Amino acid sequence: MGTRRIAMLSRVADSMYWIGRYLERAENTLRIVDVNMNLMLEGSHTRSETRWRRVLQAFSNPAGMEETDGDTTIESLIFDMGNRASAAACVALARESARQVRDELSSEQWQKLNSLYHQLCEMHLSGRPAMVSDAMQTILDGVHLFQGVTDTTMTHGEGWQFIRAGRYMERAMQTATLLELYYREFFSNRDLFADASQYVEWVGLLRCCTAFESYCTVYTADLTPERILEFLLLHRRFPHSLWYSVNSIVEALAGIEQGSHRASADELARRAGRLRASLSFAQIGEIIEQDAAAYLRQVLDQCRMIQELIYRLYISYSIDTALAM
Amino acid sequence: MTLSDLLTSNSRALEQYPLDDAFDEMFNRSGEPRPEYRELLKAFLAMPAEELDARKRSADLSFLTEGITFTVYGREEGTERIFPYDLLPRIVTHQEWEIISKGLEQRIMALNLFLRDIYHEGKILNDGVVPREIVYTCRHFRREMRGLQVPRNIYIAVTGSDLLRLSTGEFVVLEDNLRVPSGVSYMLTNRRAMKRTLPQLFRKYRVRPIDHYAQMLLSTLRSLAPESRPEPTIVLLTPGSYNSAYFEHTYLARQMGIELVEGRDLLVHDNFVYMRTTAGLRRVDVIYRRVDDDFSDPLAFRPDSILGVAGLLNAYRSGNVTIANAFGTGVADDKAIYAYVPRIIRYYLGEEPLLNNVETFLLSDDLQREHVLANLASMVVKPVGESGGYGMLIGPHSTPEQRTRFRDAINANPRNFIAQPTLTFSRAPCLMGDRIEPRHVDLRPYILYGDQIHIAPGGLTRVALQKGSLVVNSSQGGGSKDTWVLEE
Repeated sequence: MGTRRIAMLSRVADSMYWIGRYLERAENTLRIVDVNMNLMLEGSHTRSETRWRRVLQAFSNPAGMEETDGDTTIESLIFDMGNRASAAACVALARESARQVRDELSSEQWQKLNSLYHQLCEMHLSGRPAMVSDAMQTILDGVHLFQGVTDTTMTHGEGWQFIRAGRYMERAMQTATLLELYYREFFSNRDLFADASQYVEWVGLLRCCTAFESYCTVYTADLTPERILEFLLLHRRFPHSLWYSVNSIVEALAGIEQGSHRASADELARRAGRLRASLSFAQIGEIIEQDAAAYLRQVLDQCRMIQELIYRLYISYSIDTALAM
Repeated sequence: MTLSDLLTSNSRALEQYPLDDAFDEMFNRSGEPRPEYRELLKAFLAMPAEELDARKRSADLSFLTEGITFTVYGREEGTERIFPYDLLPRIVTHQEWEIISKGLEQRIMALNLFLRDIYHEGKILNDGVVPREIVYTCRHFRREMRGLQVPRNIYIAVTGSDLLRLSTGEFVVLEDNLRVPSGVSYMLTNRRAMKRTLPQLFRKYRVRPIDHYAQMLLSTLRSLAPESRPEPTIVLLTPGSYNSAYFEHTYLARQMGIELVEGRDLLVHDNFVYMRTTAGLRRVDVIYRRVDDDFSDPLAFRPDSILGVAGLLNAYRSGNVTIANAFGTGVADDKAIYAYVPRIIRYYLGEEPLLNNVETFLLSDDLQREHVLANLASMVVKPVGESGGYGMLIGPHSTPEQRTRFRDAINANPRNFIAQPTLTFSRAPCLMGDRIEPRHVDLRPYILYGDQIHIAPGGLTRVALQKGSLVVNSSQGGGSKDTWVLEE
């Protein structure tokens, strides 16, 4: 009984993956709501109703949220624990996953996530806070803290790789969904682009992906839809770009494969590698010419397929395939 | 300053310290501190109130941040609480411990032989020492265990017996917990907190160590592995994070360096047990289970359980996996069987019991039942199959309505209850604010039985924190304190 562990329990891997996904989702939700709240103040031409409908679409129209009134939407998307699509619920779900694998996390991770959860419970109970932005910032800080201690206190082994895979899977899918949405709504209307209100919307998209500042350092503040699309899709060093997310998924999967010694990881590695390659060798002009929306939908399908394969290989595999190994 | 000076100059600290019939752990009948408590009392009396308070708070904080909590049932789902902890240790002398450990060893050995016997030849039943009927009507008797050869013939690898101390100072056994006894993590963390909070005092006493408990448990489990598996994979099976003892499960798994699994992590194929890992299925050889029989295997026991593993019993019967404790051990800690334990010891070992039982009335016996029903107000009545202090009647503290309810329940199903006279069991000093007050305590030592018997010196001392209360169970508002067994 020298070395203790050869592999990780599948249930634990499952929980780790979803800790990563849920917290990333909470972060994205917060940022998207925050950006759109600010845009409302800009006096853009987009009607408030249209705006919130688009926000809901970005979250794939969560059930029970047909409400288009801004304030209600904000409240239920951020603070409402009862709404499974809310940032608060995502944190609660991540915390519940963490609770079940508590002995696999560092105590710093657990403490940060647990105290964030308790803060959210308080917010949930005391109703809508007076300073919504401040409250949102507090939650965002909590999520960032967790991510920080995850990278600095947890062994970068299989568990960490599963958290990472979950985080970047969520990010890739969120970025692709947002791009597809904006592309459909605004890009087909390219003539309107000179319009100041459209400009505001594109800035909004960049901000939703924390990309505005980085974009400016690469392309200056000269916004064109092509460049925005190129930046968010293909940029190699920007951590919210699709390429970067997919690349991180590929790396995480390689790390997992190394740790778990699975012989049959080829199919998964091939799928993920192919998606990265397709992004690596893509040219933005080509994508736009051929129909960017379709391209993005295909990327989303590929992501879903990769997740499916992760589950089939590591988590919910059938007994027969496992015994055959 | 000498102790008597401190006692006079600091009389306030002890002004709420009544001495009566009950045995007091710290003072003898004439009010003199017992020798083993003198240093302790001196240290506490000499400590300024603020310092005492600071030390208490630092201990509390360490429990809170480490998340040493338990869950209370019957309230909102998942209510987590810190297990209340008292700073004054309970001291057991070397001589006292000799009797306790020898007595427990004898008792556990006999109970194990009893289990082996009733699941095989049934000699004790044929000889009429224990009535057949009382064994076969026990809810925890498992027909499935008949004729099954368990490794080393060990059924009860882990036991936590509850002891009380009567007013004579004698330790008696109140209950044998042979199924899935819990609380050992509190024993270990109490000791850690104590060493950190009062290191000087700890050094003055020569306290026998308990820190190697996890290691002993691991080697006990390893010694019970199926014979063909020299390098066994051992896991701890927990019902999951909503279980009241989940903290303990994670704690023990970590201390032993073994995998903490839930039922859904395991599967049985061709009568072998596997756990599902990211590297595929991995064979499991020994399961230290913290799940009750009923919930362990939906194919063999309760079909509605989702906590267990389908097919586990068959894998067990095939000898491909060891389950500790074995299924069906609950029959030997049934409260009606308990009354027969002294006879069981004499029958198998030919020895007189070193530790006595509490006098127990079997309500299925007409004469005994009449006696109990006539004296219900002075009796403690317990359902035979329950643990954790649920569903008891404490006569002296009961209302007439409660007594009527129990009278009806007893008449409806007498086999389901036993009664014991209300005991005045011992009290130990506890810190209540800046005073020292006596509270009722019991003692739960942990006994491991593999290739040999190990007993961790001491155990968990549980405290009924409410003044006058006799109930020490954590689920009913009890607390605990560290237990020091002194070197010779």
